[in-house]
Amino acid sequence: MNEENFTPKITGDRIKAYLEEGKRFDGRTPDQFREIKIEKDISKKAEGSVRVKLGKSEVLVGVKMKVVEPYADSPDEGVLMTTADLLPISSERFESGPPKFPAIELGRVIDRGLRESGFIDFKKLCIKEGEKVWNIFVDIYSLNEDGNLLDAGMLGAIIALKSARIPHYDIEEDKIDYEKEATEKIPLSEPPISITVHKLGDNFLVDPTREEEDVSDARITFGISGEIISSVQKGESGSIDLEKMKEAIDLAEKVSKNVRKEIEKYLD
Amino acid sequence: MSDKQRKVVVPGEVIFEGEEYLPGEGTEKKDNKIISLKYGLAEESNNLVKVIALSGVYEPRRGNVVIGTVELLTFNGWVINIGTAQNGFLSLVEVPRYVNKDGLEEVMDIKDMVVAKITSSNKRGIDLTIKGRGLGKIEEGIVFDVNSHKVPRIIGKEGSMIKLIKEETGCNITVGQNGKILVKGDKIENEILAREAIEFITEKSFVSGLTDEVAKWFKERKK
Repeated sequence: MNEENFTPKITGDRIKAYLEEGKRFDGRTPDQFREIKIEKDISKKAEGSVRVKLGKSEVLVGVKMKVVEPYADSPDEGVLMTTADLLPISSERFESGPPKFPAIELGRVIDRGLRESGFIDFKKLCIKEGEKVWNIFVDIYSLNEDGNLLDAGMLGAIIALKSARIPHYDIEEDKIDYEKEATEKIPLSEPPISITVHKLGDNFLVDPTREEEDVSDARITFGISGEIISSVQKGESGSIDLEKMKEAIDLAEKVSKNVRKEIEKYLD
Repeated sequence: MSDKQRKVVVPGEVIFEGEEYLPGEGTEKKDNKIISLKYGLAEESNNLVKVIALSGVYEPRRGNVVIGTVELLTFNGWVINIGTAQNGFLSLVEVPRYVNKDGLEEVMDIKDMVVAKITSSNKRGIDLTIKGRGLGKIEEGIVFDVNSHKVPRIIGKEGSMIKLIKEETGCNITVGQNGKILVKGDKIENEILAREAIEFITEKSFVSGLTDEVAKWFKERKK
């Protein structure tokens, strides 16, 4: 990563001082998300695809499916693989080459959020026990980075999975027939919404811009499905004490309800 | 092509052909052809052809005021990143106060930001000074980046644009030629307003009569 483009410390001090008054540079309140824009089915070849815009942040999520042999410890369950790529086109901070820490973390946190919430019914993705199961690939690409790719990626992942159709699989010939129309949906339940709460100084905020993300002391990502927090991931070096943690959980719960309301219409 | 007409050119494009033309900044002459070396606006006056770049990195020049970040402390000065390929160097001698050689960090430490002037820029490096009005360490304010090629538009003709923003927001604004801008006011709201105005200018930099547009923008914002 290129250090010189990072938000200067003095700008960070201003952001924190302003947040102390409960205000942010772009006029939002600390618990407010940027405008969410969603475009479905943008790829013809993918089983499901979506483009999510969160303010200036933009991600592309695609779902592809393949028939594979199951893992030995779960012979009757489908397989989920989530990968994230931070493309150089999205920010001057990203470079091509093997994925670095932020890209790996992004993929894995979203993978955990999807997996632990029980969103996907893996048992129903089994074709023949011990031999053939469906493998779901969720690929996340950043198109533009302005903070909070995590929550944008998660929104993209759940909507892409919801809109995906399982292609027709011919058991005898052992191959996927793309000629036949795919109608069957992936067996899904309550979708997890991820809310990343950032701590700046003594205050919390959600959906940071790049500047805010740069000066964040600590962050926690909550995967919330319905009333249940199914996954938690802490990032950055700062600490959060118990009282503050409760505050963060309350904030995440409140925000997740608002976000769910906004994306509800895309979830059918 | 008269003085006022400008043409968008790309690297490798032949701008003029003929013996009489001379290559200026951002161009080269090959077989009596003037070829652009940059993406930008081509201009011709008195047969001298030059290209004003529209993108690319900042090129340091003597006399430019820039804003940089302290990257390293050495035994006789500070290494300062001003967003160029080469780092700038601020020598102890160029600081208008007594500095204890064992305590450089008391004056400026790593990650501190500074407004400095380029005294020389050559192959050996970029030398900086903070002797002068308005130069020195930045204590507070908002620092942000813009495209360094838009800096002339932000300043405006004889500083008309920057004067307008200063009057409307009551902020102190320092524009670094390297595209880093420092805004300092008594209220954070005013600083944000000044920043938004500057971002508005960089977006609309191609519009003619931009100063009036900005004045209009301020009026609408203040409603």
